[in-house]
Amino acid sequence: MSGKETLTGAQALIRALEKESVEVMFGLPGGCILPAYDPLLTSSIRHILVRHEQGAGHMAEGYAHVTGRPGVAMVTSGPAATNMVTPLCDAYMDSVPMVCITGQVSTTAIGTDAFQECDTVGITRSVTKHNELVMRADDIPMAIRQAFHIATTGRPGPVLVDLPKDVLQNTMTWHWPSDDEVSDSMPGYKPNTKGHPRMIKEAAKLILQSERPLLYLGGGVLKARAAEVVRELAELTQIPVVTTLMARGAFPDDHPLCLGMPGMHGNATAVTAMQKSDLLIALGARFDDRVTGKVAAFAPEAKIIHVDIDPAEQGKVRRPDVPIVGDCRLVVIEILKAIRELLDGGDKQADISTWRSRVSGWQEQFPLHYEKMELGDALKPQFCLEKIRDGAPEGTIVCSGVGQHQMWTSQYWNFTEPYTWVNSGGLGTMGFSVPAAIGAKVGRPDRTVWAIDGDGCFQMTAQELITASTENIPVKIGILNNSYLGMVRQWQEMFYGERYSEVNLGGGIPDYVKWAEAMGCVGIRVEAPEEVESAIDKANSINDRPVVVEFRVDEMEKVFPMVPAGASNDDVILHPAQNDKREYLR
Amino acid sequence: MNAMNFNNPFGESTNHHILSVLVQNRPGVLARVASLFARRGYNIFSLAVAPTENDEFSRITIVVDVESAPLEQIVKQLFKLIDVVRITELDPRRSVERELMMATVRAESDVRGQVVELTNIFEGKILAVGVDAVTVSLDGSPDKLDDFEELLRGYGIVEIQRTGRVALPKLDREARIRAVKGKAS
Repeated sequence: MSGKETLTGAQALIRALEKESVEVMFGLPGGCILPAYDPLLTSSIRHILVRHEQGAGHMAEGYAHVTGRPGVAMVTSGPAATNMVTPLCDAYMDSVPMVCITGQVSTTAIGTDAFQECDTVGITRSVTKHNELVMRADDIPMAIRQAFHIATTGRPGPVLVDLPKDVLQNTMTWHWPSDDEVSDSMPGYKPNTKGHPRMIKEAAKLILQSERPLLYLGGGVLKARAAEVVRELAELTQIPVVTTLMARGAFPDDHPLCLGMPGMHGNATAVTAMQKSDLLIALGARFDDRVTGKVAAFAPEAKIIHVDIDPAEQGKVRRPDVPIVGDCRLVVIEILKAIRELLDGGDKQADISTWRSRVSGWQEQFPLHYEKMELGDALKPQFCLEKIRDGAPEGTIVCSGVGQHQMWTSQYWNFTEPYTWVNSGGLGTMGFSVPAAIGAKVGRPDRTVWAIDGDGCFQMTAQELITASTENIPVKIGILNNSYLGMVRQWQEMFYGERYSEVNLGGGIPDYVKWAEAMGCVGIRVEAPEEVESAIDKANSINDRPVVVEFRVDEMEKVFPMVPAGASNDDVILHPAQNDKREYLR
Repeated sequence: MNAMNFNNPFGESTNHHILSVLVQNRPGVLARVASLFARRGYNIFSLAVAPTENDEFSRITIVVDVESAPLEQIVKQLFKLIDVVRITELDPRRSVERELMMATVRAESDVRGQVVELTNIFEGKILAVGVDAVTVSLDGSPDKLDDFEELLRGYGIVEIQRTGRVALPKLDREARIRAVKGKAS
């Protein structure tokens, strides 16, 4: 830049976002952020006008999940900022790179309980990787550069930049900080990406020595774009792989080494393989309670290699034998090198064939199971999912909300490629799927995007389909409508003596077809098994507007297997039809 | 302060650790540190904060009660704060610690002499004298303050304020500073 250019804070903000290569942002204007919406009119950035700020946040997340680039949301102060708290927390829990711009009352009014004032940085402090209240227009470019740098490096996460109205209106002298200026401005922030060489050698040795090793992949594998090298590691060593809820797609489900999802609703093989292994190679995974079950009883004989870019994850839940702080991709590349060196030097990998055959025995005995429908039976949600899966075009991205439908989707979908699964894992945010699917479709317009939703979830954020219709974002929504808060109903059935308290959403209200049509979507209702395929075909053939397919499914269907909260993974509850085979899980 | 501490030559119960946290001197940084402790359920025993010789940085001296969480987790979580530049764990035996205490003590004329004498023995200061009370101050190692406080208690403490400790590593040849960080995520 030559010469000194004077801009308003708002102009500087939009220019800074353009310089950060932002192509799309999701938002909704209001009083304090108004100045920023003016230069947006002449910007190259596409702005998607949402109907509720929470929608903007989840759209930014969906966009980030499928593109790997930071999602950007911009909203005003006060209630808009508080509406953003849920998506920020969601992104924080699932390490989603996201930058959120909020308006704030003028610096002179801060602290006076002004109209639409709230302590945004105070409220969002514990749900962001970092946040910043900018008090001078001159500081805006640096704040934006820092925000993108922090959001996308190390363990990714959401960053919020709070901009008072007068800061946006004041003039400043444009200056775009250099990389050095950015890193000098944050002397305490130096993410470590390369693993410790000695630990990497240790890991390689342990991998070759172990007789019952298992690769435990978490969402970090996807964040680090490590799927390819992880596959190389699995194939070189022939070690079986489990993919957690956040890592679905990081390793292809149709690969012979893939055991699928472990955890509370993981399949019996994945759950048991973790329990019985003598070495867990945890890559970008955080030993979440939904995976470990009762920690004291988790994988009791396993040594742990834990690769994670966040040092605080090492030993947070389970003390690793070999902790490696670093980027999953870089570390796995080094582990591969070290293994090859050992093999070239004459080392031999321990015989894991007994382990492999034990694992395949479990796979044969305990496939996912649900009762097949007979004529006149209620429609099974799993059947609908199988049909959506089988009818989905190559490369389809699937999103879900939170609850039974989420678990069934994760169980029954066949993930063959990374970044085709978008869900709310850590926070478990009901209502996530509709806006996340919209964000995903914006990020990958070339892909078919299906959102599998529950009726409870759909009612929380459905209004964003108006956004989808008006912005021409043709997502497909499949509602597995069981007229219940299904997962809560399942817990009440299993653990509260069938005392159903406040879980029935039935009574035929709302009419999902009419609702879809009112929002500019095509609405389809499916009540019988024979209608399923044609409805899905029709949905797949419509690409000029969103489609909502309501599947009226069995109200009483439960998700199996299940490890009850707080129980050991050894006590996994199998589908009743498989219970007599329990002894095979030894 | 409990009796065990009173007789402990280091003035430390074993579950207390001192963290010297160098942070960027920016608005809200103390709130970030404090809310992290609250959010993760860690206990702060005492806390003192002030700018360093370089006014771009502040030093926060935190005494943590590590029964509430492993020290390692506290340090790692703290280091995730972008504004935190360096964290040093100070071993109480290898560092110098100081704390300031002010106390207003009941001292009718018949015992005032005793309070003054006690304050002089501890090399404290008399800050104010009233008809039936005196205000004294003492700076020193936390255990010395504990001793002084314990003795004053017999006369009746009206009000007391301690600053929380500040600490720096000792300058001996093997100042055992455990630099517990250097890497962030």
